[in-house]
Amino acid sequence: MTVPVDAGRRRIEELLEQHEGQVLRRWFEIAGAMSGGHVDRGGAAVPFGEIYQALRRSLGDSHDGSDLRGLLADLSRSRARQGFTPSETANVVFGLKEAVYEIAEADGSPEALRGFVWFSRIVDDHGLFTFETYAAARERIISDQAEQLLELSTPVVKLWEGIVAVPLIGTLDSARTQVVMEKLLQMLVETGSEHAVIDITGVPAVDTQVAQHLLKTVVAARLMGAECVISGIRPQIAHTIVTLGIEFGDIVTKASLADALAHALRQSGVEFVKGRGRRVTVRTEEN
Amino acid sequence: MTSPSELPISGNSDVVLIRQQVRTVAVEVGLSLVDQTKIVTAASELARNALVYAGGGRVRIEIVHNNVRAGLRLTVSDDGPGIPDIDQALVDGWTTGNGLGLGLSGSRRLVDEFDLRSVPGEGTLITVTKWAR
Repeated sequence: MTVPVDAGRRRIEELLEQHEGQVLRRWFEIAGAMSGGHVDRGGAAVPFGEIYQALRRSLGDSHDGSDLRGLLADLSRSRARQGFTPSETANVVFGLKEAVYEIAEADGSPEALRGFVWFSRIVDDHGLFTFETYAAARERIISDQAEQLLELSTPVVKLWEGIVAVPLIGTLDSARTQVVMEKLLQMLVETGSEHAVIDITGVPAVDTQVAQHLLKTVVAARLMGAECVISGIRPQIAHTIVTLGIEFGDIVTKASLADALAHALRQSGVEFVKGRGRRVTVRTEEN
Repeated sequence: MTSPSELPISGNSDVVLIRQQVRTVAVEVGLSLVDQTKIVTAASELARNALVYAGGGRVRIEIVHNNVRAGLRLTVSDDGPGIPDIDQALVDGWTTGNGLGLGLSGSRRLVDEFDLRSVPGEGTLITVTKWAR
């Protein structure tokens, strides 16, 4: 490090110490203006004081920047979760440059201005670090949500004693089919069900891949001793399946979930008898 | 959409995007619900073939007109290994992968016009058209 830079650096460190209150106040104002007056939005208070102290420690002889990095990473992560934009987040850090420039200018000495250039580069580095942490946090959130969606979108519901149903919605890719199949087979065991209804009303298109996934699920359920009915086959889907040449073999398919439930109930020997008045009696046949 | 759009095929999510886009254009052209579903399914099959057998490709979606009707044309192209025996590839149940072997032959039945050109080692170009009734 050359002598003038060293002198400038020392001058900035002195200024940072002497004008701490002023810099912090200005930094708070500037950061607020830069992020559209939302510094404290949603309780996302920035620990300006703590960051300032950590920054001063990192500039000192010890060069211990780990506290500062930790604080900045926490800040980016919490802001990413609260829906701040990356610019709003990085601007919090960049706001410090302007606040420090004001005191360096007021000081007016060449050391202070030279030191500011050095300081500015350091703040830029920290700003970029904030940006990177922010992006990483967002990616993490997206992958978490994708996983949650996978879980959410595959409920297995019990329709009747011994009958479970999986209402499928959206695109059936390999990953989702895997989850559906596992959940269905698990549920068959847990509930001791012998009938399963796979409802595809919410699947927009059945191509050969989706059909193959469905067929595999049905075969797997059969291996466990359960019979599957595929329901929710709309006219356009039926047309397409026939034209494609997909054969569902001896798998029972129904137009609606209600038909499938009625079929499964018949198979398990449950009969509905229309009673007088509004009463519905259920009778189970003895085998 | 008036100008044709070209979409890349490089992953499973692209196949989903292509299906959605084809659905939108099919509605615009005025295809019936059954025909919409057919062309969407054909798009799904052809795009997945490009992905699985050629590692990716492109699909062009455009609206075409003949004298009386409007139609939707899909052009799926890739730079993959090509299809050595096209007649064999169009036989129901024939597959070199682990699918049902109905994607290509089934797609031909789902559309009104089907044109397949393939040069081994250079790639494959498939053009399909569905006309509004």
